[in-house]
Amino acid sequence: MNNNKDLIQDLEERAKIIRRHVVKVIHDAGVGHPGGSLSAVDILTVLYFHTLRIDPDNPNWEDRDRFILSKGHASSALYSTLAERGFFSTDLLSTFGRINSRLQVHPDMRKLPGIEASTGALGQGLSIAIGMALGARLDKKDLQIYVLLGDGEIQEGQIWEAAMSAAHYKVDSLTAILDYNGVQLMGPVSAIMEVAPVKEKWVAFGWNVIEIDGHSIKEIINSFDQARAFKGKPTIILANTVKGKGCSFMEGKCEWHGKTPSNEELCRALSELE
Amino acid sequence: MNKPISTREAYGQALQEIAINPAYDDVVVLDADLSCSTRTILFAEKRKARFFQMGIAEQDMIGAAVGLALSGKIPFVSTFAIFGSRAWEQIRNSVARMNLPIRLCFSHGGISVGEDGSSAQANEDLSIMRSIPNMKVFVPSDGLETKKIIYYLAEHRDGPAYVRLTRNPVPYLSHQNEPFIPGKAELLQFGNDGTLVACGQMVDIALQAAHKIAAMGYSVRVINMASIKPVDSEIIIRAAKETEFILSIEEHSVIGGLGSAICEVVCENCPTQVYRIGMNDLFGVSGSPNDLFKKFNLTVDKILSTYLNIKKNNNYYLNHQSSQVSH
Repeated sequence: MNNNKDLIQDLEERAKIIRRHVVKVIHDAGVGHPGGSLSAVDILTVLYFHTLRIDPDNPNWEDRDRFILSKGHASSALYSTLAERGFFSTDLLSTFGRINSRLQVHPDMRKLPGIEASTGALGQGLSIAIGMALGARLDKKDLQIYVLLGDGEIQEGQIWEAAMSAAHYKVDSLTAILDYNGVQLMGPVSAIMEVAPVKEKWVAFGWNVIEIDGHSIKEIINSFDQARAFKGKPTIILANTVKGKGCSFMEGKCEWHGKTPSNEELCRALSELE
Repeated sequence: MNKPISTREAYGQALQEIAINPAYDDVVVLDADLSCSTRTILFAEKRKARFFQMGIAEQDMIGAAVGLALSGKIPFVSTFAIFGSRAWEQIRNSVARMNLPIRLCFSHGGISVGEDGSSAQANEDLSIMRSIPNMKVFVPSDGLETKKIIYYLAEHRDGPAYVRLTRNPVPYLSHQNEPFIPGKAELLQFGNDGTLVACGQMVDIALQAAHKIAAMGYSVRVINMASIKPVDSEIIIRAAKETEFILSIEEHSVIGGLGSAICEVVCENCPTQVYRIGMNDLFGVSGSPNDLFKKFNLTVDKILSTYLNIKKNNNYYLNHQSSQVSH
């Protein structure tokens, strides 16, 4: 277990800064997905400030670990994290979604450093991650591939095709993280199209499954360590999260899937994230 | 003269050569449980480690090819054209949007799939692939042209390409010594009355028709248009200027394929009559390839009668015009 208190405190502080960016970016642009971005911030923070072997000064370094944001609509969280990590200036964040911006509302790898794959249409990142893992295996490279999935996203059939092929090819360098916030665009996931029992499904498909609190920095760190050590099967981390985490008035509410905060709501959010 | 082979067989043979050539170590091949039919088995037999059997899961296969391409590989992806088409959105959003060197070599295009019938006959693949930005679309006419295209695609790391392959043996027709260049068509026969433009195995049918047309005293031009996108605008405009009309022949819907590509060039540059022979917005049925070609009018006789009708009508029109003028 990782009990490094300073590290955890540092990451919690960074997550707060990233959350502040997220609400501000979406407010300023008048477009974006705050709910599913805020639920993923702690996971992204641990990945980019602790787990991933990456070099922001050399984003195309061949032996880097890879991260794919399969739920591409959480782009504001990824961009804020990448900017804080030094892939590009935080000044760029204010161009999000504007004409000619490098920050497309759904990530475009051809426009911005640090984006490993263009995403936005749900269900595709897991298959891409498998291809990357197979490619690394052919090249005998010891690198880890991470992919973040939404819980609504796993309603896509392609996810289960990929669940099968990842287990078939035993790509143990692959770690999927499920941002299990329980809410999608039109309502609770259980009401729209039930995905439970999630753990049993992934176990049945031949995966190593780890269940955590997706807002506990300590649990996130430990789950990534366990996933990296696990051999013979791909790992999925079921991260129990809260949609809109950090802004009390957004938490658990489907209307905040794709709504932008007003001036007043922004002030409230920022004060909660002090 | 080489023995006729299908374009899918030529594809498999090219892959087999590529498999054992260390210059092409970046080539990987993916298939969805059809490698016997798509002929990727010839690669798999030589390079098991670089062949990925993805099961009957085309969407995941496309995604895995994307990941392999992002790792620096050149993936050749095969299944039947109709089943690969079900992953159109993955092809658009993941393959083409990222502009990756993925080679979608889908076999069993067109109605010549035969007895398996309409559920297996892709007559819309060229149309849906052509509409995707960054995507190139090639339809080789014979084994030789197929191999040239496959080598071109293994040697270049440019964006994605769709190659439509077919099931049945076709004779060798394309020029032996000319390299394949995207956007460059082959002039197979020069003439000044009318122009036949065909792709895939319809090139053979068009050439046979051209012999009969020529025997009736007409001077007919024949073009093999293997590169549907980019299309050879120059050769089309020249045909539009120098001959009375263009007749396109394709084993594909008349909507969105070769005929449409020609119309787009002609109507913007040199408005000319274009007649399209192809599937007239219809589904196929079960039957032998030859019976299907007859049923859906993809025949030498259909080309001949269409050509003669156009000539007759044009002559009538020209005479009628001149008689009006003389009055």
